[in-house]
Amino acid sequence: MPALAAVTAALALGLAACGGDDEPSSGGNASAGSANEELSGTIRVDGSSTVFPFAEAAGELFNEEQPGVQVTVGQSGTGGGFEKFCAGETDISDASRPIKDDEEAPVCEKAGIKFEEVQVANDGIAVVTNKSLTVDCLTVDQLKAIWEPKSKVNNLEDAGDGLPASPLKLFGPGTDSGTFDFFTGAINGEEGSSREDYEASEDDNQLVTGVSGTAGGLGYFGFSYYEANVDKLNLVAVGEDAASCKKPDSASIQDGSYKPLSRPLFMYPSDKALQRPEVKAFMEFVVNNYADIAKAAKIVPMTDAQAQESKTEVDKLAGVQ
Amino acid sequence: MADASLASGVRLVRTPTPRSRFEAGVKIALIAASLVSVLTTLCIVGSLLFETLSFFGEVPVFDFLFGTKWSPTFAGEQASFGVLPLLWGTLYLSLIALAVAVPLGLLCAIYLSEYAPPRIRKTIKPVLELLAGVPTIVFGYFALTFFTPAILQALGVEVGVYNALSAGLIMGLLVLPTIASIAEDAMSAVPQSLREGAFGLGANRMQVALRIVFPAALSGIVAALVLGASRAIGETVLVLVAGGQSPNLGADPRESYQTMAAFIASIARGDIPTGSIEYKTIFAVGFTLFVLTFVLNLISIRLVRKYRQVYE
Repeated sequence: MPALAAVTAALALGLAACGGDDEPSSGGNASAGSANEELSGTIRVDGSSTVFPFAEAAGELFNEEQPGVQVTVGQSGTGGGFEKFCAGETDISDASRPIKDDEEAPVCEKAGIKFEEVQVANDGIAVVTNKSLTVDCLTVDQLKAIWEPKSKVNNLEDAGDGLPASPLKLFGPGTDSGTFDFFTGAINGEEGSSREDYEASEDDNQLVTGVSGTAGGLGYFGFSYYEANVDKLNLVAVGEDAASCKKPDSASIQDGSYKPLSRPLFMYPSDKALQRPEVKAFMEFVVNNYADIAKAAKIVPMTDAQAQESKTEVDKLAGVQ
Repeated sequence: MADASLASGVRLVRTPTPRSRFEAGVKIALIAASLVSVLTTLCIVGSLLFETLSFFGEVPVFDFLFGTKWSPTFAGEQASFGVLPLLWGTLYLSLIALAVAVPLGLLCAIYLSEYAPPRIRKTIKPVLELLAGVPTIVFGYFALTFFTPAILQALGVEVGVYNALSAGLIMGLLVLPTIASIAEDAMSAVPQSLREGAFGLGANRMQVALRIVFPAALSGIVAALVLGASRAIGETVLVLVAGGQSPNLGADPRESYQTMAAFIASIARGDIPTGSIEYKTIFAVGFTLFVLTFVLNLISIRLVRKYRQVYE
């Protein structure tokens, strides 16, 4: 128990140091006082299934230091998450893309919910094939030939010159998923437009099982699911053309050079929720421990520069009160 | 209803005694208990019907029943609401399952009822019922992680990891105990005197089993088959895990198929906004499934009545 108290105190000091940047001594003392007492309450998080492992790991690690706070994490998809967020049902919305200014943001505005965008990690989509189907590089055009609406490509050799002949079995996320939106937008040019006759699942593990167990299996899902199953899958390099083909790894996803299938991941806390000490503490915890959380969640962490920007963002938000 | 029966009870006993009051209370409790199931059924049908009707306000019934493409979650022109692939997937997987479960189940029932020595029967029957109690998700992962890779693919059958063959065959094993157990009960209930009469006329065991016991127990056996078929049609988790999620109108058992129940379960896992057309799709498919099993039950009641033989 003393150890726990010590950890809590240390965290409180850390937070105080963080939050107190703007105002010197008085603000620092006040937040140290409030964080010293054990926080309680429930933080409702929902949204992107890609951010889900990150948010879940963040909740678990946060719990070790604040056992009184319950963090519930859902995975309704980015769009579904914003829907609940703008209805005031959740405190933080996970998103694998920025909120849509023309569709989603106005709904929030109407409901009087203000929010801020905080980057928490990076994500890349891995294009993978079954081990027996060795293909090194697929260009955007070739991927498009396979995945565009009404595509009749059922053998890899029909997708472009120089590709091996192999019957294809396609696997991909369901239409609710942020990964689906991102991939179809980046490859087919329009979000949500895709051929329909592929094996769709909201459960990425089911896609891993499908591609790895089916001869001619080809699919796409979040890079973290590839990393967890490296030995079962063949990773395909992707690029605008054959020359720029690149296999995704942490570095190329972080700096965005794995084009066009890498992207930042966000959490959107609402202003109202941030006024609650436990939500504020959670967001500060996330940006301060981003590397540990990303490691636990097997997801690509932010670069130092990105983390600094997010910290500034959260500090600004916390200072608003 | 309750009042009338209460009154008649009072008239019989003349004065309300504690005992008659107790009996009346018991009766009301029993009626209430049975009303719960009736009301639940009515509410389910009601809620299904409400959303289904609103679904058909947006999608023509004809397109739904006879359309051959199922892609309800896609946007705009790509959305298509033909339920035939799901219906076919459901029936096809059930057919594979029943092709396994019916012969094996009936042979098993005949053995247990007519051939097995009491001691063996006492061992096998509980094992069979144990199998019926195994959660279906266990069967699902048995098919996915063992049967498909270690049996089918090892034998050189070119199947994908999600396929109708594996899901259907394992579903057969799932349905088998239901059929075997109920059919065996029905055959054991045939009076011993019938068998003895036949033996007395010089019939051998197989003749007794097939020509005397089997026809006499037919109504119970039909009930067993229909129950097995209903279970196969409504089975969700197994096909969701092992059967795949591609709406498919083909006939190749090595392909992946989506059934109605699996569609409902898988789409309800994602996030679809309440009131959207995708949301209503769930109810329309649920209602179709309900009608399918309902018709099956009606047929079974007919058959059971037709073949029922009453012994004194």
